[in-house]
Amino acid sequence: MSEEKLHISSYRSHLFVLAGLLLLTAASVAVTNLEMGPLNTLVAMLIAGTKAAIVLTWFMHLKFDNKLYAIFTTLVFVIFLLVLYVTFFDYSYR
Amino acid sequence: MSETTTSKHVSFLQYKGKYKGILGWILSTDHKRVGLLYLYTMLVFFSIAAILGLLMKIQLIAPGYTIMGPQTYNSMFTVHGIIMIFVIVVPGLPAVFGNFFLPLMIGAKDVAFPRLNLASWWLYVIGILVVLSSQFVGGWPDTGWTFYAPYSFRTPANVLPALFGAFIMGFSSILTGINFVVTIHRMRAPGMTWFKMPLFPWTLYATAWIQILATPVIGITLLLTVMERVLGVGVFDPTLGGDPILYQHLFWIYSHPAVYIMILPGMGAISEILPVFSRKRIYGYKAIVLSSLAIAFVGYFVWGHHMFTSGMSGRALYAFSFLTFLVAIPSAIKVFNWVATMHKGSLNLQTPFYWATSFIFVFMIGGLTGLVLGSLATNVHVHDTHFVVAHFHFIVFGGTGYAFMAALHYWFPKMFGRMYDASWANIGWATFFAGFLTLYLPMFALGLQGMPRRYYDYLPEFHTGNIISSLGAILMIAGALIIITNLVRSSRHGKKVTDKNPWGGKTLEWQTDTPPTLENWEEIPTITDSPYEYK
Repeated sequence: MSEEKLHISSYRSHLFVLAGLLLLTAASVAVTNLEMGPLNTLVAMLIAGTKAAIVLTWFMHLKFDNKLYAIFTTLVFVIFLLVLYVTFFDYSYR
Repeated sequence: MSETTTSKHVSFLQYKGKYKGILGWILSTDHKRVGLLYLYTMLVFFSIAAILGLLMKIQLIAPGYTIMGPQTYNSMFTVHGIIMIFVIVVPGLPAVFGNFFLPLMIGAKDVAFPRLNLASWWLYVIGILVVLSSQFVGGWPDTGWTFYAPYSFRTPANVLPALFGAFIMGFSSILTGINFVVTIHRMRAPGMTWFKMPLFPWTLYATAWIQILATPVIGITLLLTVMERVLGVGVFDPTLGGDPILYQHLFWIYSHPAVYIMILPGMGAISEILPVFSRKRIYGYKAIVLSSLAIAFVGYFVWGHHMFTSGMSGRALYAFSFLTFLVAIPSAIKVFNWVATMHKGSLNLQTPFYWATSFIFVFMIGGLTGLVLGSLATNVHVHDTHFVVAHFHFIVFGGTGYAFMAALHYWFPKMFGRMYDASWANIGWATFFAGFLTLYLPMFALGLQGMPRRYYDYLPEFHTGNIISSLGAILMIAGALIIITNLVRSSRHGKKVTDKNPWGGKTLEWQTDTPPTLENWEEIPTITDSPYEYK
């Protein structure tokens, strides 16, 4: 363990994460005013996904950690997306 | 307290640490004791659920009211299902044999997080108690173990404790999964590369990922059902704009992968037993490893085959049917590998081998009848009939249950340092096997004839099949009693085993003392060979 490099994030980086999350939260509220039909859900999910990616990458240090963790996290998201995709075989074609 | 009982080099059964008596067990973080705690808990609750099952079969021995009315029958199959699924078969092999043997098989002294491991058992017990508390606060639930919406939030029966209990047990499952993934990644003995790891840990690894990724979905779903029932939020309730089919999607997104949580470690145990009793290297080691991972992965995407008659879109039906057929391929690969392992082997006909080969037999019947259900055209006819009940008992009980018994008879001498009576074990197996087939085979015919599941009554034309099936249940319970009595008695009074390796196994657990010492190894072994080197 002692050979592993520790990464300490700066306040500046944390502030950027905070600002990004606040902006995207505002965006997700704003898009509810747009009438896009089923696309509303897609846009909301994309914004939420981006927020999750920001938290994982910078706040939870995936960017600076062993690449194995990034690979496994990505795999989890791929499975999640595939589950959603398969679910929409039902909802999109009813 | 003598020196020998406090030394870390004495048997884990004799070791006396900070606490004495029962506290020395229920507060122990030793992975072997935690494994046995799960075993004892499961034995108690399996007995309860099996009695409920037997009572249901006695009710069905004749049409009309025999020993119970419809409401009692509904509660019986609900509690039978909840206990059998959430308390026995989902945690089953990983919790008992995974906890006990994973560190031994990879050359570790314990799991990565021993305290978390004990906490998992406590959560499991708390979950069970919460489920059973419904008996004392409003009566048992009557929804079936699937808690389908909208009935689950409209029934006057008390469903909330069952939902909460299952939710708590889900946490136990997730924590065990995390523990195993970290243990396998970080604590393998020097020289044990991924492809030198035995197959049982491989299947535990695949299972652990399903536990981590799929279990939260059922947790959220059960909580949403609680909110629906208490607050009327309208996620699933069609009268409030909700979608009851969404409940089924969310429920099966977990509960179908859960079938692989149940069966994969069973397949791992069978893959350990067959080479030992065939005195032959396992055939197609990498094929078994990769098919385990493939089952875990593809198994995520087949849940819709439980919903073919629920009103999904036509396109979804085709997609799920195709994916269901796809997952049969890696399962079949394993069966071919097991048969090829036995081919031209020097077969040693002992009790674990009987359980392992009968596992293959019943699993094949379960698997092939699964294809009948995976096919859209035939599914429509047999959906929600006794055919389905027979199929899943062949897979869940015949698969996981037989693998569990095979593993228990295989690893018993290592776990308890004593040997069971082989004659009684074989008589128990034969009685159980005969009872099992007599109980469940007629249910395929009853289902094809149109007898629905979950009914306490039936038309007279179904009487003969039900009589045979009920007699089979009695025979099977007799077999289970012989097996349990033999094992319980032998764990205390059986012939002592001091040989480290009574079966001649090649995997690491057979190189430790019998029973293992508290920290398993005086010195962590270095691995040079693959785990099944029979020459």
